[in-house]
Amino acid sequence: MQPLPFFPVEASNFAGNVDSLFTFILLTCLFFAVTVTLLVIFAAFKYKRKGVGEVGSTVEGNTPMEIGWTLLPLLLAIGMFAWGAVIYVNFRTPPKDTLDIYVIGKQWMWKLQQPNGRKEINELHVPINRNIKLILGSEDVIHDFYVPAFRVKMDVVPGRYNTLWFQPTKIGKYHFFCSQYCGTNHAIMGGWVTVMDPAEYAAWLSDEGGDVNPVSAGEKLFTQLACATCHIANGTGRAPSLNGVFAAKVLLADGSTVTADESYIRESILQPKAKIVAGYQPVMPTFQGLVTEEQVQNLTAYIKSLQGQPVPTKGSGIAPAAAGKK
Amino acid sequence: MHRTGELYGQFKTLEQQKDTATLGMWIFLVTEVMFFGGIMLAYTLNRHVYFHAFAAGSNTLSLQLGGFNTVVLLASSFTMAMAVWSAQTGKKQLISVFLTLTILLGFVFFGVKYVEYGQKFHHHLVPGKSFDIFYCVDNPTKCEDVSAEELTTEREELEKARAADPDLNAHAQLYYSAYFGMTGLHALHMVIGAGLLLWLLKNSLAGLYSPRWNTPVDMVGLYWHFVDIVWIYLFPLLYLIDRHK
Amino acid sequence: MRAEPHYPEKNYLNETYGIRSWLLTTDHKRIGLLYLASVTFFFFIGGFFAMLIRLHLMTPSGYILTPDTYNRMFTMHGVAMIFFFLIPSIPAVLGNFLIPLMIGAKDLAFPKINLLSWYVYVVGAAFTLYSMVNGGLDTGWTFYTPLSTVYSNSAVAPAVVGIFITGFSSILTGLNFLVTIHTMRAPGMSWFRLPLFVWTHYATAVVMILGTPVVAITLALAGMERLFGLGFFNPAMGGDPILFQHLFWFYSHPAVYIMILPSMGVISELIPTFARKKLFGYSFVAAASLAIAVIGFLVWTHHMFLTGQSTYAALAFSFLTFLVAVPSAVKVFNWTATLFGGSISFDTPMLYAFGFLGLFLIGGLTGLFLGCLGTDIHIHDTYFVVAHFHYIMVGGAVMGYLGGLHFWWPKMVGRMYPEWLARAAAIILFVGFNLTFFPQFILGYLGMPRRYHTYPPEFQIYNVMSTAGASILAVGYLLPMIYLVWAAFYGKVAGDNPWPATGLEWLTTSPPPTENFHVTPEVTWEPYDFHNRPDLGLDVPAGKPGKLSPSPAHGDD
Repeated sequence: MQPLPFFPVEASNFAGNVDSLFTFILLTCLFFAVTVTLLVIFAAFKYKRKGVGEVGSTVEGNTPMEIGWTLLPLLLAIGMFAWGAVIYVNFRTPPKDTLDIYVIGKQWMWKLQQPNGRKEINELHVPINRNIKLILGSEDVIHDFYVPAFRVKMDVVPGRYNTLWFQPTKIGKYHFFCSQYCGTNHAIMGGWVTVMDPAEYAAWLSDEGGDVNPVSAGEKLFTQLACATCHIANGTGRAPSLNGVFAAKVLLADGSTVTADESYIRESILQPKAKIVAGYQPVMPTFQGLVTEEQVQNLTAYIKSLQGQPVPTKGSGIAPAAAGKK
Repeated sequence: MHRTGELYGQFKTLEQQKDTATLGMWIFLVTEVMFFGGIMLAYTLNRHVYFHAFAAGSNTLSLQLGGFNTVVLLASSFTMAMAVWSAQTGKKQLISVFLTLTILLGFVFFGVKYVEYGQKFHHHLVPGKSFDIFYCVDNPTKCEDVSAEELTTEREELEKARAADPDLNAHAQLYYSAYFGMTGLHALHMVIGAGLLLWLLKNSLAGLYSPRWNTPVDMVGLYWHFVDIVWIYLFPLLYLIDRHK
Repeated sequence: MRAEPHYPEKNYLNETYGIRSWLLTTDHKRIGLLYLASVTFFFFIGGFFAMLIRLHLMTPSGYILTPDTYNRMFTMHGVAMIFFFLIPSIPAVLGNFLIPLMIGAKDLAFPKINLLSWYVYVVGAAFTLYSMVNGGLDTGWTFYTPLSTVYSNSAVAPAVVGIFITGFSSILTGLNFLVTIHTMRAPGMSWFRLPLFVWTHYATAVVMILGTPVVAITLALAGMERLFGLGFFNPAMGGDPILFQHLFWFYSHPAVYIMILPSMGVISELIPTFARKKLFGYSFVAAASLAIAVIGFLVWTHHMFLTGQSTYAALAFSFLTFLVAVPSAVKVFNWTATLFGGSISFDTPMLYAFGFLGLFLIGGLTGLFLGCLGTDIHIHDTYFVVAHFHYIMVGGAVMGYLGGLHFWWPKMVGRMYPEWLARAAAIILFVGFNLTFFPQFILGYLGMPRRYHTYPPEFQIYNVMSTAGASILAVGYLLPMIYLVWAAFYGKVAGDNPWPATGLEWLTTSPPPTENFHVTPEVTWEPYDFHNRPDLGLDVPAGKPGKLSPSPAHGDD
C-alpha cells in the first residue's frame, strides 16, 4: 500500500499494517470531527440570534439519541482496540527463528553485537526478509530503541532485558533514535539501520573478521569462571548438563516448568537461587558483580550454541516429555 | 467570616457546622490512606521479591519494644475516646485529664521509637554507605546490647538468608528503606497529632468544650485513631515477618 | 427593558483596604484573585521557557541553547505549566470565586483552609523557583528513575520538595469543594439543580483527593532516594524503575482530568448561556463527568505500553483507555445538540466555547491513536504525543479558562472588557494555536521523538511552522492580560447580569458583597431555564407562568 505523504517509508513487516490501522482511525476521527464541525457551523448560522431578547427552544434532551451516540463510539472504539491489540500481540511475540542481535544502550551511545561477534556502534546492519530480534539492555538509565521506518520501538530498562523484533522488507538506510529521555545528549543518541541483500549482509558480516566471536568468548569464560567444573556435558556433574537446554522446558524443584530463554539464562547466572532445577542442590554461586552484561551475553551465546549437542539421559534439567522429544 | 460564639458565619446552624467538619475530616483521612498506600505498595512488592532480606531485616527489630508501643498506642486511643466522651457528657475536668493521658502515652511512644532508632544507627542498619546487616554478627564487641546467644541465632539466620539471596545486604537496605520510610512518616503524623492535642488541652483547660459544642475534640480524635490504625498495620508488616520459628 | 447597570458602592473589593486585608483574607472571592495573580505569574514563566524552546527549534542544530539548557527548558516548562498553572487554574481561580455563589452559600465550608491552600501553593512555588534558578531541573516533568534519582546533575531535590508541598494545596482545595457542595447548598438547590460547573468541580475534587496523595508519596520516595540512598527505584540496589512509573502515572493520568474537567464545566455554562437554551442532556453530561473521573483512575498504564510489561496488562489498559473516551464524546455531542434550536450570539466567551469544541475534538480524537496499541508502538514518545496533549491542555483547558475568565470577569470586577478587541484576541489565539501544534502531529508520525534539542534536517519545515504559530499564540495570550486588567479599572459598568445568564451568581451585584447575597436565595427553578425567568427581561413566549421571584427576605442570615 502506498503510504500517505506524511508517513515515513514502510520498510518492515509491521509498517503497512500499522499505517492501515492509523488510516482507519484517522478516517473515523475525520468523520466525527467533520460532522461535529459542520453541525456546529450550521447551527451557528441557522440559529443566530435575531433579536436582543430572543431565547432558544425548550428542548431538554433525547434519551434514544444519548444511547445511540454512546453505543456507536463504543463499538468503533472496540474495533480500533481489537485491531491494535492484534498488531501489538504479534509485536510482543517474536517468532522462533530470529537472527538475534544484542544491544546495549548507555549514555549516550548504542553498542550492538551481531551473531558472529561483529560489533557496531550506533549502526545496525541487517539482512532483508529475515526475522530480526534485538535483545536490549541498559547500563545506566532508561533508553528506548526506535526505528520509525519499521514502526517499532521498545524501552531499554536497566535491570532487565526487553526484546524487539521485526522483519525488514525494503533495502535502504533508516534512522533509529533513542526515544526515552535519558539526559544531556538524548537527542544525538541514534544512528542508522542499514538493510542489505542477504548475500551482501553475509559478506559484510565476515568482513574484517569481526571481533571475537561471542560463542568462542563465551566458551572461554565458561572455563575461566569454572562453570565447566559443575555443568559437565555428560550429566555427571553437580549441576545439570547444558546440552540442548536453550529454548527447552526445564523442570524446577517445585514441580513447575520454565522455558530456558535468554532471560532465564541471565537470571541463572546472576541469581542462581531464584529457580532451582529438580533433583539438584542450590549450591551455584552467583556471578552478580563478577561478570559484565557483555560477558553474560557471550555466555548466553555459548549456551545457545550447545542446542545441537546430545542431551544425556541422566543429568539434564530438561523436563521429561520435552527431553524425550529431543 | 465572622463568628458568633461557636458558630462560624458561613454556617446556618451548629449542626450544619458539625456535619461539615466531620465530612471534611473523613475525606482528609481518605487522602492519608492514599498517601500511606503508595509506600505500602512499594513495601508489598519488594517483600514479595526479596522475602529473605525482609525476613532478616524484620528479625533485627525488638518484638518487646514494638509490642509495648502497640499497647501504648491502643491505650492512647482509649484515653482519646474517653476524652471525647467526657466532652459529650459535659465532664469538663475529665476532658483535660484524658487529653493529658493521651499526650503522655504519645510521648512514651516517641521515647521507645527514639531508643529503637538509636539502636539502628548504632548497628549500622540505616540505608546508605555504611549499611551492613552483618555488622553486629561480625563485630559483637560493638553491639553490647545484643546477647551472645542472640548473636549466634542471628548469624545462623543471616547465613541461611545469604545462601538463598547472595545480594542480601543490598536487598536488606530495601527493607530498612521501608522501615524508616513508614515509621518515619507515622512518627511525623504523631508529632502533628501531639501538637493538636496540646492545643485541645489548652482550650479544654479554659473550659471551651461542652456537650453543645465539642467538634475539635471529636475531629482530633478521628485523626488520632487513624494514626493508631496505621501503626496496627505497620507493626505486623515490619516486626512480624517470618517470626513463627 | 432592564434597568441601567449599577455598580455597588460597597463590595468585596473595597469593603476593607490594605495589603493585610488581602493577605489575611478568608473571603473565597479574594482568595480566587490571589490565585489569579500566582497562576498568571507561572503562566508567564512557563510561557517564557516555551518561547525559548520554539526559538531554539527553528533550526535543526539549534544555536540558541546548549543541550543541558534546552533539557532544563522543556522540563521546567512542563513543571511550571502543569503543577503551577493548569492544575490550579480553573478550580482555584474560578472555582473558588464561583462555587459558593453558584450554590447560594456565603463562603466555602472551610475559609481558613482555603487561605492556607494558597499559602501552601506559594511555599511550594518558592522551593520550585529556587530549584529553577539554582541549577535548574533537567529530568523531564515526569522524573523517571534512575535518571532523576541517581544520574541527573540538576536541582532535583528542591523541585521535588516544592511540587510535594504544592500538591497539598490541590488536596485542600478539593477537600473544601467536596464538603462545600455536600453541606452548604442553599434551600431548594438540589443535586440536579446544580450548574454543570459545580458537577465538574465535584468530579475534579474527587480526583484531587484520591490521586494527589499518591504523587506526593511517590515524589517523597524519589526525593529520599536521591538524598538518602533509599533504593525502591534503583536497579543497582534491586529496586525497579518501572515501580516509579506506575506510582507516578497513577496520579498523573487522573491529573489530566483535573485539568480538563473544570474546563468542560465552564463550557457547559457558556453554551447554554449564549444559545439561551437548556443544556441538552443535563443528567447525561453530569454522569459523564463522574464517569470520566472514575474511569480515569483505571488507565494509567497506557503511558507504559512499551516498558516491557505484561502483554495482558497492556491489553486491559488499552481497552479501558478506549472506554474513557466515550463519556468525553457524549459531552461533545450534547454541547453540539444544545446549539440546535438555540438563539446564538457570538460574544467573546462563546467564541472561546466554539474554539474549545474544535480543539478539544481534535485533541480528544488523537488520544485514540495513542490508546490504540498498534499505533502507539510507532507514535509513543514522539511529537504526536506532544501535539495531542497540547491540544487538550491548551486548546481545551486554557480556552475554557479564558472563556470563563471573560464570562465571569464582569461579575468579578463589575466592569466589561472591550468586546471587539477580545473577539480579535480569541480568533488570533485559535489561529496561532493550530499553526503551532498541528504540524507537530505530522512530525510525530514521521518519527521525530520528543525532548530533542536537535533533529534531522528533514523535520525542519514543520518546526518552523510551529515556531511561527507560537509567536502568534503569544500575541493572543498577551492581549487579554492587558485589556482584562485595564477593564477592571476603566471598563464600562457591567451591572448584575449583563449577558443575561441564569446562574445564582448573577442574582447578586457585580462585584458581589463580601457575604455574597444580601438575602439567601431559595431555588425553585431548573438550571439554564430561560423560559421560567421573567427577571432576566427576555422575550419569553407568552403563556408561561413565571416560577421565579426572589424569595421573601430572610434577613441577613
